[in-house]
Amino acid sequence: MKRLILIIALLVGTLGTARANEPLVADLSKHLVAITTGFAGTDVLLFGAVDGEGEVVVVVRGPAKAEIVRRKDRKAGIWINTGSAQVESAPSFYRVASTKPLAEIAPVAVLDRHQIGLDHLDLSIDTKDSGADGTAYRDALIRLKQKKGLYGEAVQQIGFMSHRLFRTEIHFPANVPVGTYLVEVYLIQGGDVISAQTTPLVISKIGIGADLFDFAHQQAAAYGLIAIMLAAASGWLAAAAFKK
Amino acid sequence: MQIYLPIAEMSVNVFLILGLGGGVGFMSGLFGVGGGFLMTPLLIFLGIPPAVAVGTEAAQIVASSVSGVLAHWRRGNVDIKMGLILTMGGFVGSFGGVELFKWLRGMGQVDLVIALCYVVFLGIVGGMMFIESIQSLVQSHRAGEAGVARKKLHQHTWIHGLPFKIRFRRSKLYISAILPLSLGLLVGVLAAIMGVGGGFIMVPAMIYLLGMPTSVVVGTSLFQIIFVTANSTFLHATRNFTVDVVLALLLLLGGVIGAQVGAKMSVRLKGEQLRVLLALIVLLVCVKLGIDLITTPTEMFTLGAGGKH
Repeated sequence: MKRLILIIALLVGTLGTARANEPLVADLSKHLVAITTGFAGTDVLLFGAVDGEGEVVVVVRGPAKAEIVRRKDRKAGIWINTGSAQVESAPSFYRVASTKPLAEIAPVAVLDRHQIGLDHLDLSIDTKDSGADGTAYRDALIRLKQKKGLYGEAVQQIGFMSHRLFRTEIHFPANVPVGTYLVEVYLIQGGDVISAQTTPLVISKIGIGADLFDFAHQQAAAYGLIAIMLAAASGWLAAAAFKK
Repeated sequence: MQIYLPIAEMSVNVFLILGLGGGVGFMSGLFGVGGGFLMTPLLIFLGIPPAVAVGTEAAQIVASSVSGVLAHWRRGNVDIKMGLILTMGGFVGSFGGVELFKWLRGMGQVDLVIALCYVVFLGIVGGMMFIESIQSLVQSHRAGEAGVARKKLHQHTWIHGLPFKIRFRRSKLYISAILPLSLGLLVGVLAAIMGVGGGFIMVPAMIYLLGMPTSVVVGTSLFQIIFVTANSTFLHATRNFTVDVVLALLLLLGGVIGAQVGAKMSVRLKGEQLRVLLALIVLLVCVKLGIDLITTPTEMFTLGAGGKH
C-alpha cells in the first residue's frame, strides 16, 4: 500500500513538472461536433500557447478510408469510366494550418514523416490504368476532395497573439464524414518537431437523423417496409384531402 | 433553411426540395404522368448521389401512384387481372433491376447506364409522342367535324398466336399471358434502374402492343406501378441502403400540392396541346442528358466509395 502511494506520488510529481515545462498546450472549443437535422457545417476553434520560440502547425485528419478514383475516356463517342485506381487509405478530411508557409518551417523529410501538407500525404495508390499514372490519380483525388470541401485548398493562416498565444478556426462543411478526427498540433523549431500534441475530435450524427441512419442500415427490411407504408399512406391522405 | 438528409449524408435547402416536388408534381398533375423521369435527373443535377436519387424516387412514386389510382379505381378504370399479371412480371423485373444496379454500381458504370437508359427511352417516347400529337393537332385543324377514320378494334398478328391465353374482361382482350408478363418484366427492370414508375413506357405499350382500350390504360398502369415501385423501394432499401425517407417526405409534400394545382390547370388545356408540351419536355431532358454524355467533361476523374458498403 505504501509503495502504491509512493508510485502515485512519483507519477503525479513527474506529470506535474512535465506540465510546467510543456512548450506547447492546445485545446479545441469543443470535442464533439453533432450532426443534427439542421446541420449546415460548423467551425471549431483551436487555441493554445507556446513556451519559447517556434512555429505552430495544425493538421486535422478525418478517419482514413479506402477510395476508388475512376477516369473517363471517350469510347464510341460517349464518355465512359475506363480506368480506375484503388486508394488504400486516404484521410476522409484533411486540413493544415500554419503560422508560416510549410516550406519555410521544416525540410521535406520532416513534413513527409509527419504527413504535413497535401504534397506529403502518403496515399499508396494502386492503378493498372495505362492511360494515366499514379500521380494523375493522386492529383485527381486531392482535387475532387477539395471540390467537396473536405481537403483544404491551401495552408490556412494561424495568428499569433503576443508571441505566445495562437488560435485558428477549423471549418467543417455540411457533408463532413462522421468518425473520430485527430487534431495534431506541432511546435517546430529550427526545422525539427520539438513538441506535438494530439487531440481527438468526434464528429457524430445525433438525434433523429442518426437514429434513421442506424435504423436504415441495421433494420433495412423494416425501414424499407416503413418507407413504403409511409409513402402509400401519404398518397392516400393526399387523394382523400383533395377529393371534392 | 437547411436540412440534413440522413441517408444522402448531405444538407439541402428545404424550400428548394419542396419547390422541386411542387414543380414536378404540377407537371404530373397537368400531364397525368408520374414525373419520375423528371425528378430523378433533377435530383442528380442538384448533387444528390444518383443511387440515393433512384432509391428515394421509387418511394415517392409509390405515394403519387396511390394518390393517382384512387380516382381511376372509383370510376372502375382499373383492369385488376391485367394489373396483377403485369405486377408479377414487374416484381421479377425489379429484382433483376436492383441486382443489376448493385452490380453496375460496383463496376462504376451505374451513372452511365442510367443516363443511357434515359436518353434512349425518353428519346423514343418523346419523339413518338411529339410526331403523333403534331399530326393530330394538324388533323383536328384540317378536318374540323369531318371525323377521324375509325381504327379496327384489333389487328391480328403473330402475337395472338402465343399460348397461355387469358381473357381480360375489363380490357375486352383475349391474349397470351406471356405478353403482359414480359412487358411487366421489362418495365420493372427499367423502373428499378432509372428510378421511375415506367408509366411513360407502360402506357404506350399497353395501347399499341397489348391493344388495351385507352380508358383503362392509365388506371391499370398506376395500379401496377404501386406494387412494382414498392418492391424496388424495398429492394433499394435492403440491398443498396439508398432510400432517404426525409428526402422522400419533402418531395411528397411539395408533389401532392403541385399535382392538385396541375390537375386543375389541365382541364383548361386541350389534350393535343398538352401532349405536344409534354413531348417537348421529355425531349428536352433527353437532349440535356445526351449532350452531357458526349461533350468533353471538365473533370475526367470521379470518386467512388471504396468498400463503404
